This record gives sequence, C-alpha cells and structure tokens, in this order.
Amino acid sequence: MTKDLEAFRTETRAWLEANCPASMRTPMTGEDDAVWGGRNYEFKNPEAKLWLERMGAKGWTAPTWPAEYGGGGLSADENRVLQSEMKKIGARPPLFSFGLWMLGPVLLEYANEEQKKEHLPKIVRGEIRWCQGYSEPGAGSDLAGLQTKCEDKGDHWLINGQKVWTSYANHADWCFCLVRTDTSVKHEGISFVLIDMTTKGVETRPIKLISGSSPFCETFFTDVKIPKGNMVGRLNGGWEIAKRLLQYERTNISGFGSNTRVDVVDLAKKHVGIEDGALEDRDLRARIAEHKMTERAYALSVQRAQEEAKAGGNVSHMASMFKVAGATLNQDRCELMVEAAGNRALGWSGEGFSPDDIATTRGWLRSKGNSIEGGTTEINLNVVAKRVLGLRDTQ
Amino acid sequence: MTFTLNDDQRMLKDTARDFFREQAPVTRLRKQRDEKKNGRDPDLWREIAGLGLAGVIIPEEYGGAGLGFVALGAVLEESGRTLVASPLHSSALAGASALLLAGTDAQKQEWLPRIASGEVVATIAIDEGAHHAPSKSKLKFEGGKLTGAKQYVADGHIADLIIVTGADALYLVKADAAGVTRRELVTADSRGAADITFENAPAEKMNGGADVVDAILDRARIGLAAEMVGSASEAFEITSEYLKTRRQFGQVIGGFQALQHRAAKLFTDLELTRSCVQAALDALDRNANTIAEYASLAKARASETVHLASNEMVQLHGGIGMTDVHDAGLYLKRARATEALYGGASFHRDRYASLLGF
Ligand SMILES: Cc1cc2nc3c(=O)[nH]c(=O)nc-3n(C[C@H](O)[C@H](O)[C@H](O)COP(=O)(O)OP(=O)(O)OC[C@H]3O[C@@H](n4cnc5c(N)ncnc54)[C@H](O)[C@@H]3O)c2cc1C
Repeated sequence: MTKDLEAFRTETRAWLEANCPASMRTPMTGEDDAVWGGRNYEFKNPEAKLWLERMGAKGWTAPTWPAEYGGGGLSADENRVLQSEMKKIGARPPLFSFGLWMLGPVLLEYANEEQKKEHLPKIVRGEIRWCQGYSEPGAGSDLAGLQTKCEDKGDHWLINGQKVWTSYANHADWCFCLVRTDTSVKHEGISFVLIDMTTKGVETRPIKLISGSSPFCETFFTDVKIPKGNMVGRLNGGWEIAKRLLQYERTNISGFGSNTRVDVVDLAKKHVGIEDGALEDRDLRARIAEHKMTERAYALSVQRAQEEAKAGGNVSHMASMFKVAGATLNQDRCELMVEAAGNRALGWSGEGFSPDDIATTRGWLRSKGNSIEGGTTEINLNVVAKRVLGLRDTQ
Repeated sequence: MTFTLNDDQRMLKDTARDFFREQAPVTRLRKQRDEKKNGRDPDLWREIAGLGLAGVIIPEEYGGAGLGFVALGAVLEESGRTLVASPLHSSALAGASALLLAGTDAQKQEWLPRIASGEVVATIAIDEGAHHAPSKSKLKFEGGKLTGAKQYVADGHIADLIIVTGADALYLVKADAAGVTRRELVTADSRGAADITFENAPAEKMNGGADVVDAILDRARIGLAAEMVGSASEAFEITSEYLKTRRQFGQVIGGFQALQHRAAKLFTDLELTRSCVQAALDALDRNANTIAEYASLAKARASETVHLASNEMVQLHGGIGMTDVHDAGLYLKRARATEALYGGASFHRDRYASLLGF
C-alpha cells in the first residue's frame, strides 16, 4: 500500500516535472491569473491553456472523480500525494471552477447516468463554465422562499424569474439553478435544474458594488424553455441537493476584499508615526493590538478544530462560528487599515493616491459584504444559538 | 444652555430641509458623481447661497444673517441628511470662522461679504500628513511668502480663498496666487478635495496664535459633527424603514428581536450624540469657556455614531446594501471622510482626556 503510494509519488513527480510549464510554477499575481475555462474563455497565457489541457486529459483537475466521467480516479491518499507534489513545485491550480467545487460533487451523487456522462467530463476539462442560480431579490437569508417559476409544459420546462448574485453569469455557459415547481409548499416545492445560458430568454446584467465593478450579475429568465432531461434528482426534490451543494461551496469568504498585500501594523507605522518605539496614537495602537490578538485566537482555533477533526471529533458546529468570527476579523482589519492610513484611504481613483491606498479603500468597502455573503452574520448566529446552544424560539 | 430652537432657527432649519429634500436629494450627489464632477456643482451652490445659507454666522454688517451656530448647525444637519455636496461647511462655517476670529478688519471687509453671498468659496487647510495634527505644522512664512504642503484640503479643489494654518499662526492665500499648486483628489465620498503645495506663495498673515487656530478648528469640528448627526439620522431612518418593509421567512425582518435590539441601540446612541452636538453648538453661541471640551465630545461621538450607523445601514439591508444602486454605500463613504476630517474619535478622546486634566 505505502509502497504503491511511493511509486505513485515518483510517477507523479516525474509527470509534473515534464508537464507543468515554467510559468505555471510561479505564484499567481492576482485574480487575473485564475483560469476559469469555458466556451468563450480567452487565455492570457498560452502555457495556462496547455497546463489545463494536460491536467484535464489526466483528469487531475478533479483527481478523485471516477475515471469514467473524466476524473482522475485517484484515492484520497493518492490525491494527497498529488496535491503535495504540486505544492512542492508551486504549481498553480489549472482550473478555477464552480463546476469542480460545487456542481460536480452533487451530480455524482444525484444525477442520472446520462447527465453525469454529459456534464462531468466537460467540467473536468474546463470546457464548460458554470454559474450558480440560487439567491433571488426576495430570497436571500430565506433562500427557500425563492420564486423563480418552473412549469411543466409536457415536452419541456418553462422558466420565468430572476436570480441575483450569480457570479460570472455573464461568462458562464451553463447555470445550475433552484426553481419553484410547487407553490403550495415551501421547501418541498423546489427543484434543481440545469440551464444552458445561450437559451433564448436568458439575460444577465452585471452588478456594481459599493467597491466598484464585480463578478456578480443579475440573471433574468423570461419564458426560457429547457429540455425535460435537465432536472437533477426528482421533481420537488431540489432542496436536499441545494443544501448538499452549499456544503461543498468553497467559502473562504471571510477574506474577500482585504488588501492582504499590506499589514495593518506596517501601514500604521508608516502613517501614524512612532514615539518611544510605540505608535504615537495610543488609542489606535491598543485597538490594533486587540485585533492582532483576535487574529491569533482565530488562527489557533482553526488549528485546534483541524486537529480535533483529524482525531475524529465532530467539529461541524464550528463552521458558523468560524464564518462569523472570520468575517468580523477581516472587517475589523479593513477598518483599522482605513483608519491608520488616514486621509490616504479616502481616495477613489486617480492621482494623489497610490495603488495600495486605493486597494485599501476598495478592499475595505468590499469587506462589508463578508458578513452578508454565504449567509449573514445574523443568520449564522441564529444557527449557533439554536443548533449549538440549543436555545429555541418561544412560540 | 438650551436644546430648543427659537423661531428664527426653526424657520431656517425648515427652509434648509425643504430645499435640500427637493433640490439636493441623494440622487443629486449620485448624478454629480456619475458625471465625474467630483463635487463641483456651482448651480447648487448659487441656490444655497441665494437662500442666505452661506452667511448664517456672518454678522449683518458683513452681509450675513448673524444667526449664529445653532442655526448653522441645523442647516448643516439637514445637508448631512441628503449628503449635499457643497462647500457649505468649508466656506460658510470654517472659512467664515477663520476670518471672524483671525481676520484683520481689512480682511474681514474684503472677504466676509463675498463669502456670505457665495461669490467666494473659502476653506481652511490644516493637515500636512495622513492624520489630523495641527500643532505639527512645518509651514514656513518669510517676507510675505508661504512655503509648505497641505493634504486632503476639504473643498480645496474648488476654493477661491485658502486659510492656511501653521502651528501657531494663520495665513490667507488666494487659490490662484503664484506658487500655489493644487492636485485635485478624486475621493471615495465623491466630494473631491485637494493636496496643495505652497512654494513662496504670497500670503497675508492673520491675527492670533495657536489658541486661535484651535478655536477655529473647534468651530469646524462642531459644525461637521452637526452634518454627521444628520447623515447618521438619515441612515438610521432609512434602515429602520427597511426593517418594517423587508420580508423574509414570512415576516418583516423588523420582527426579529435580534434586529429590533440593533435598531434600538443605534437609536439610543444617536440620541446621546445629538445632545452633545446641540450642546456644543449652543456653547459656541454663548461663547462659553467649555467650547474645546464640547468640540472634542461632539466630534468623537459623532464619528462613532456615524461609523456605526453607516455600517448598520449596509448590514441590515443585506445584499442590496452592498450594491452601488443603493444609497448605503454613499453614506458609508461620506461617513469615513467626515470621521477623519478635523480629527477622528481617537484624536478627540485623547484631547478630551487632556482637557479634563488626566
Ligand atoms: C458580495 C456578495 C456576494 C454574494 N454571493 C452570492 C453567491 O455567490 N451566490 C448566491 O446565491 N448568493 C450570493 N449572495 C447573496 C447572499 O447570500 C444574500 O445577500 C444573503 O443571504 C442575505 O440575503 P438578502 O440580501 O436577501 O438579505 P435579507 O435576507 O433581506 O437580510 C436583511 C437583513 O436581515 C437580517 N435577517 C434576515 N433574517 C433574519 C433572522 N431570521 N434573524 C435575524 N436577522 C435576520 C439579515 O442578517 C440582514 O442583516 C452574495 C451577496 C453579497 C453581498
């Protein structure tokens, strides 16, 4: 067994050595370097294309998916070896994809054979880019209150409604979408469908955030006809799939928006001034120290949870706590940065402000979303209070 | 001390409110921004001045209304409600105060009537680094020429007259004078500002030393606190209205006790701050010896309150509050600018402690 793994490691190392292009072994310099794939994707760097093609052909963009659906067919152990070998040479992820992170796993679990054969290999190879049609203007915290209507028209489904916060919908080829198939019940009236974004009646409009342009869109469905075969799972059985998918959703949301290139202490030293080795503004100094302690407490707790999880403990109850703590931490950090940078953090664009100044300001504004996206802080605190502490609403 | 407006003050407040609501609602700021005006709206300023709002604290002998600080505070509060982008604070309060407290007779004669009429926009230039530190000025004045650099001068990009503070002196400089270079700043709050350098710029020295600089700054701080209370109040009211209408889980979200408490706490905070700001304005009109204390109290509390109110406005609106089409972001951006100007909460907490002798 371990011998096999060692053989696998040697093989993998050699393959990566031979196949990972030089520029794909350098650290990503920004969001621009992420490769999302899809029908209309324009590669900035030909080596990124090559890297994706090679990894896709081996199924190593989705190492543990079954080979019959284009995946790598690796065991969990083999995958760990692959990841560690990739890390060793600093290989970039060949593909960023909601298909890989979110949709694929639920297709494997809930889709029929035909759907798996159709969609999974294209996800693995980065040929089709997916977006997520979940939130609606009227259904955010209460996602199950969604109203996008899906009617049975005999030989097709007819879809009407609006989704919001569909990231990259304007670049996506397909959308996995929650729709209402029964209006007389709530959770039990939701189905999970797949929609080709080129279908007539699908429109997207980008959302501008308070921090500037964003990958988010509003997506409108007007009399959109989709084939009967595009429903995943059973009619009115979509909520279970929706929830399962949310578990896969990669939420490292707490970090979005901060200008992580700059440390708040360095920033304060630069702008506030030092007196006897301490920041001159003692009030700000104390608050930065408090933040640094919370940051430490957070990191230690993540480490502790990981250790407990490895030892077989149940740490699922910590997810909501970490979400709340992480969002607060990042927002506090951004506020302190803005305060430390003083009037240099009040700019929007143009001369007078450095790119770092602008990144601090924009990052601070973007961070306000951390306590909203992926479930609001209030909703997560409700979860902690109810599920973890057993505190119930009195009726 | 009184917290009640007299008839004149009440009338002025109503006039200002009606005008700003009708002629300068938040959509006007949005339009200025989208047209990349960076705070330039001369038509609006003409109308504001036409109502006499640029001369509220300027005595009648100089063409103003002589109504005092409580009256101007009420106007500024109303302007803060709809985020009016105009040099009202910089010119009608800060600039006018500088001339009133430090101007020679000739300087007053020359400038105050034109400030009162709105013909001239004045501002004060204080900070030389990223933070408010008036006593650390490195300005040099020799032979009638001024040399130095100021950062983020509020309305500095549109001002005609710049009153420049040194650590213990004040100078009057015309914005178009030789040796004055302005770099216009495109700011997050869409109001604009300027970094200004003076290189042997012709300047007139004004009366008074460090204490007068402080007295002028205290007027600016108290007036800005009034504007901030206006912004915070409006942010609060828009948000509490949303709590009454937005439905999730089959009920209005204002029905959730967790949010009820948030609104009630913010309201409490706001009311405490409002008392401080009103007391500070009143102290100015009475020329009380507690002005400095009240200025720091009002500015620190207003900073904290508008900080909280603007954050809660985004959060309690959920996703829509993060979008540019919603006004929450505009309140948030303006909040941080006003927090930083003339000293933030930490500057004023420290100053308050010093003033109280500990
Ligand atoms: C930057 C950003 C990115 C996003 N990305 C995605 C995405 O990729 N995919 C996607 O589907 N969605 C996404 N969203 C949407 C997000 O999930 C919703 O905005 C969020 O769930 C809140 O819903 P809402 O906006 O309708 O606010 P509402 O639900 O209307 O909430 C308004 C306020 O009421 C509070 N509230 C609601 N219910 C309760 C309660 N029971 N108790 C106490 N307080 C309550 C909320 O916490 C909030 O403060 C994103 C949002 C943002 C801002």
